[in-house]
Amino acid sequence: MTGQARTTPGAGPAWVRGGTGGGAGKASLDVDALLTDPDTQIIVCCGSGGVGKTTTAAALALRAAEQGRTVCVLTIDPARRLAQSMGLTELDNVPRPVAEAGAEGGGGSLDAMMLDMKRTFDEVVEAHASPEKAKQILSNPFYVALSSSFAGTQEYMAMEKLGQLYDEAGAGSARAGKRWDLIVVDTPPSRSALDFLDAPERLSSLLDGRFIKLLLAPARGPARFLSAGFAIVTNALNKVLGAQVLSDVQTFVAAFDTLFGGFRQRADATFALLQAEGTAFLVVAAPDPDAMREAAYFVERLTHEDMPLAGLVVNRVTDLPAAMLDASEAESAARTLDSGAETDQQVAGLLRVHAERMLVRAREQKLKRSFSAAHPAVATVSVPALAGDVHDLEGLRQIGALLTA
Amino acid sequence: MTGKGGTGKTTVAVALAISLATRGRKVLLCEVEGRQGIARLFDVPPLPYEEREIGVGHGGGQVYALAIDAEAALMEYLAMYYKLGRAGKALDKFGVIDFATTIAPGVRDVLLTGKVYEAGRRRDKDGGYSYDAIVVDAPPTGRISRFLNVNNEVAGLAKVGPIRKQADAVTTMMQGRRTAVHLVTVLEEMPVQETLDAIADLRSADLGVGNVIVNQVRQSPLTPPAQDAIGSGRLDAAAISASLAKTSIGASAELGVGLLEEGAAHAVRQELQTDQRKVLAGVDTQVIELAYVSEGIDMSALYDLALSLREQGLQ
Repeated sequence: MTGQARTTPGAGPAWVRGGTGGGAGKASLDVDALLTDPDTQIIVCCGSGGVGKTTTAAALALRAAEQGRTVCVLTIDPARRLAQSMGLTELDNVPRPVAEAGAEGGGGSLDAMMLDMKRTFDEVVEAHASPEKAKQILSNPFYVALSSSFAGTQEYMAMEKLGQLYDEAGAGSARAGKRWDLIVVDTPPSRSALDFLDAPERLSSLLDGRFIKLLLAPARGPARFLSAGFAIVTNALNKVLGAQVLSDVQTFVAAFDTLFGGFRQRADATFALLQAEGTAFLVVAAPDPDAMREAAYFVERLTHEDMPLAGLVVNRVTDLPAAMLDASEAESAARTLDSGAETDQQVAGLLRVHAERMLVRAREQKLKRSFSAAHPAVATVSVPALAGDVHDLEGLRQIGALLTA
Repeated sequence: MTGKGGTGKTTVAVALAISLATRGRKVLLCEVEGRQGIARLFDVPPLPYEEREIGVGHGGGQVYALAIDAEAALMEYLAMYYKLGRAGKALDKFGVIDFATTIAPGVRDVLLTGKVYEAGRRRDKDGGYSYDAIVVDAPPTGRISRFLNVNNEVAGLAKVGPIRKQADAVTTMMQGRRTAVHLVTVLEEMPVQETLDAIADLRSADLGVGNVIVNQVRQSPLTPPAQDAIGSGRLDAAAISASLAKTSIGASAELGVGLLEEGAAHAVRQELQTDQRKVLAGVDTQVIELAYVSEGIDMSALYDLALSLREQGLQ
């Protein structure tokens, strides 16, 4: 981490154009400036489900690579064809080079990987425990369930993997250069918006909690330490869970005990990494009321947590139609032509296509304006909707160009 | 009701609940992800963890709504089944509740589905079921099978005991004839693909697949002959300008070029929709379509959607 302040007092960051301070004009996000700034080391794309987060992350990574940066993109759950386009056919949990990506002679490169949640968790265990202990943990039924189905595991492991990639990125010697100088991360489509931020901290606070001490108590021997409260809780747990489940949990916690220190340390390190100057959060949204409301919530949470928010990307925006004609005028002309000849009726259809587009656009613009009014300091970029889905590098390049247009 | 993010599954869940209430049913509408989407659609304050009436159907039915909160559900569960008065509080104090609802594998989903189970089998004093139907605004397609099947996984962890009994009972209800998973999608490639994947996952977990509901279907203002005319170039800027001359807009070749360009882009999108519709036609379950509501979703739009669902046989 550079540790240097990226902004000079009184001026906004390099990638924000206009609109800083007064809130009179809208601040726009200069994505190329963000991508090419050598101090940008991590970009985190977050947002609600279905807004094109993964595509945005992939497009940003490809564009940065083609501008000369050595990039690694971590995707969570890419659509099959998008994954294939990046060569992500194997789930081996390590970044693979994306063929054909990279600058023509610009020295850039792109590696991509898809998160394998269970494998990442297993690797953490293997790295921190002795072989026997690791084996014991990996075969514990409680661990198997935790590592494959716990609702927050994906979030936690995404951040864990980010930490690993970041360590790996810097592993090369200073002379040879780093393996990657930019990591772009996609985030899981969490039910509660920022689970991935909460997971590490939640884990470390729980590991410090009384409950863990309680679970460890039998393994640590003398019952004389147990207060009346402890006894009530143990009895209650026994009653609810049954002795077998409780003992599985206790075995698991006891085996995990030695790892807790390492886990907590890693969780804290990841949180610090996210807050660091070299990290940039991009909130991704689509121009509909639900997605924009979620985006506002993300922005507020990130600000509250002192996370370095770079801006908002609004995907699939209806761009200004080719014909300059307002909706009501088009609609009334269409009505005039409805009773005409075949060609007139076809033109009426075209006018209605136009009117609909104008109305949709007006609604989207209103949503964006309300967002900017409530969050004037958040730099924004809009990406016009493409007709179809993106599933090849060419499509990603096109998105990349639109992001920076 | 499940669906990929952004497809409008909450809207469709609410419309289904209204539709059922309109036929005189007493319906419980549940939310499990803490988004308060139901309250927003009904334009009422955020829902508490308490079943409350939020709408009345024309046919004398009622819609009750409940935002299921995992922690509250756990405390309620402990009090109801284990009479854990003081011990329940102690569990909370020791961080057990927090642990169970955030870290412990699957417990959250067990609690959420468990509450649905409890409401589904609850009976009134007169012996009849409290609710005629329960509509759950469930997690998205990517998580739905795991969510509904979580009790099966728990049963694998707890071989005997009260948890096992409860898990088996919930699994039986979820896999039973009275439970159907409806999938909401839009006519775009990714949501349609996720819908197909989810159907396969649900079936392999022995969960009943209901209908596929295609939401936000846009009726094209262009007839197929008009699309042909644009595609083939028979309708050109000059012809458009001639038609425009008969309106208050007046002749304009420039506008003609612009309108053609928009028409062509529109035709491409329509074609992609048609392709996705063909993909969905291969699904062996009934496909229902709901029209796009261009004015935004309000109460009257919800009643219209409810009517549309009913007319297409979703009840």
